Amino acid sequence: MPDALPTTGATRALRTAPRPGQEHVAQPLTEDLGAVDAVRTQDAPAGFWREAWRGMRRRPLFWVSGALIVLVLLVAAFPGLFTSIDPRTCALSDALDPARAGHVFGFDRQGCDIFSRTMHGARASLTVGVLTTLLVTVVGTVAGALAGYLGGWADTLLARVTDIFFAIPLVLAAIVIMSLASTRTALTVALVLASFGWPPIARIARGTVMSVKNDEFVTAARSLGMGRAGILVRHVLPNSAAPIIVYATVALGTFIVAEATLSFLGIGLPPSVVSWGGDISQAQGAIRTDPEILLYPAGALALTVLGFIMMGDVVRDALDPKARTR
Amino acid sequence: MRWYIGRRVLQVIPVFLGATLLLYALVFLRPGDPVLALGGERGLPEAVQEQIRAEFHLDEPFLVQYLLYLKGIVTLDLGVTFTGREVTEVIAQALPVTFQLALMALLIEAVLGVGFGLLAGMRKGGLFDSSVLVLSLLVIAVPTFVVGFVLQIVVGVQLGWLPITAGRDPDVVSLLMPATVLAATSFAYVLRLTRTSVQESLSADFVRTARAKGLSRAQVTGRHVLRNSLIPVVTFLGADLGALMGGAIVTEGIFNIHGVGGTLFDAITRGENVTVVSLTTVLVLVYIVANLAVDLLYAALDPRIRYA
Repeated sequence: MPDALPTTGATRALRTAPRPGQEHVAQPLTEDLGAVDAVRTQDAPAGFWREAWRGMRRRPLFWVSGALIVLVLLVAAFPGLFTSIDPRTCALSDALDPARAGHVFGFDRQGCDIFSRTMHGARASLTVGVLTTLLVTVVGTVAGALAGYLGGWADTLLARVTDIFFAIPLVLAAIVIMSLASTRTALTVALVLASFGWPPIARIARGTVMSVKNDEFVTAARSLGMGRAGILVRHVLPNSAAPIIVYATVALGTFIVAEATLSFLGIGLPPSVVSWGGDISQAQGAIRTDPEILLYPAGALALTVLGFIMMGDVVRDALDPKARTR
Repeated sequence: MRWYIGRRVLQVIPVFLGATLLLYALVFLRPGDPVLALGGERGLPEAVQEQIRAEFHLDEPFLVQYLLYLKGIVTLDLGVTFTGREVTEVIAQALPVTFQLALMALLIEAVLGVGFGLLAGMRKGGLFDSSVLVLSLLVIAVPTFVVGFVLQIVVGVQLGWLPITAGRDPDVVSLLMPATVLAATSFAYVLRLTRTSVQESLSADFVRTARAKGLSRAQVTGRHVLRNSLIPVVTFLGADLGALMGGAIVTEGIFNIHGVGGTLFDAITRGENVTVVSLTTVLVLVYIVANLAVDLLYAALDPRIRYA
């Protein structure tokens, strides 16, 4: 399966501009031989990323999860497009009232409009999820790539440090640190989650960098006189990106759940921030009499996370050559 | 093999020291003076403050305090809580409950996850496979506490099949619902892992050989496909035991179970540093030991690992 091979700077240069004496050696297909010594030369290899994109486009799950993600991003960025009601203006006289015109989801225990709170809650979850994923990806990739590329003492050090961080459960560590934090904003929650969430990415990056650094195109780049740092940035990292992207997409969903768990426990975002985790925790008090209040923030949270992990599934199928050959 | 065991056991030491040092630093280096807080607004006399500081070694440098704490772990003397109870007694009371809960959850996720995963993997691409796959994503997407509430409402209140909360000294029946909730997320991972692993085994040469020599479908599945597919699943389950015990904080809170998670959360909110550090140390130990056991088991099953 030659078109699944990663395209590197060096090989791409050879492909697009064949120098004299370096043209394709295969003969054009002239008759129906049905043999392997004939190659359809007009079917140029499309490259790793374009091939993956072609594979993804065919999946219905890609369009479903993509639509979900776009919708949630839109709600998070412009909640005013979907509701004109202020989520913090609540009248106790409306408490636990059922839905009526203009208030499609009804009211919660404080008399706040549930639809408006569900829309405005998206921003907190997504901010924390995206920030944490960005931090984790950068820190994990740098640490893992350096350890895998340099080897030796750097590798041993990273292996021990990731072991230590793996031994401490994420939610547990987050609870301990958040209970000490004096200010609690989306940034602090993201920093806390990221400080204990980076080891898996570091392990993944280390593994792929170690396997990629022995590939032929790296040897080729070295023989052309390229420096170690240049090879790492230009050749090794771009070809190690696929597994990291797959993990990051799924991790985004799990970080959103972690944030909601912290807010639910009362040590995540403060109550002044409208968040799904906080609203679920509020709804818990009326769970025996009005369980449907819980449904809206919990449903919005689940749909958002579902969107990201479905996308992660589709992306993995598209980027993982092992899954593709199956 | 002996070399491998020795090397693997020695690797545990830096991990344990590093993790406990990290947790200890996090909990004890936080701003604020516990002795001043103890005195309240009127404050304690200078002499009493000095005495308390000396008694709890608060006047020592941080590293000395940490080493004294390590000594406490080894001699099983972890000090007392604010209310005067021995910390070891608190742990002895909380740990069995959480351990039972985690083991039940592990059993549930193993049986259901492997069962559904095997069925889905054998029928790749079919209706059952696709629906199980989407369902597993849904289970991952819904947070633990929401699953807990929904089960409480439906199974506990509306159907009345199981008790809603567990309380003190819970029995197996009252732990059934919390264990299911705790198992939910891991169940989805076990299912997906088994499914992929079964699919890989099905296209392996040894399965083709088994079929070719005329074994029945059940024999091929049971003896060759399932056994070979279970290796990564067993690894996951072993590592998950530690994660389940540490992750039980939310579940124990919802179902009012007085295990490690509930005690730990109370201790964190009250600022009982000694209890927090001791309980988290126990959780870290469980995680490390479970992983060590899985690694050694794995090495015993697969010779490639110990010679690597």
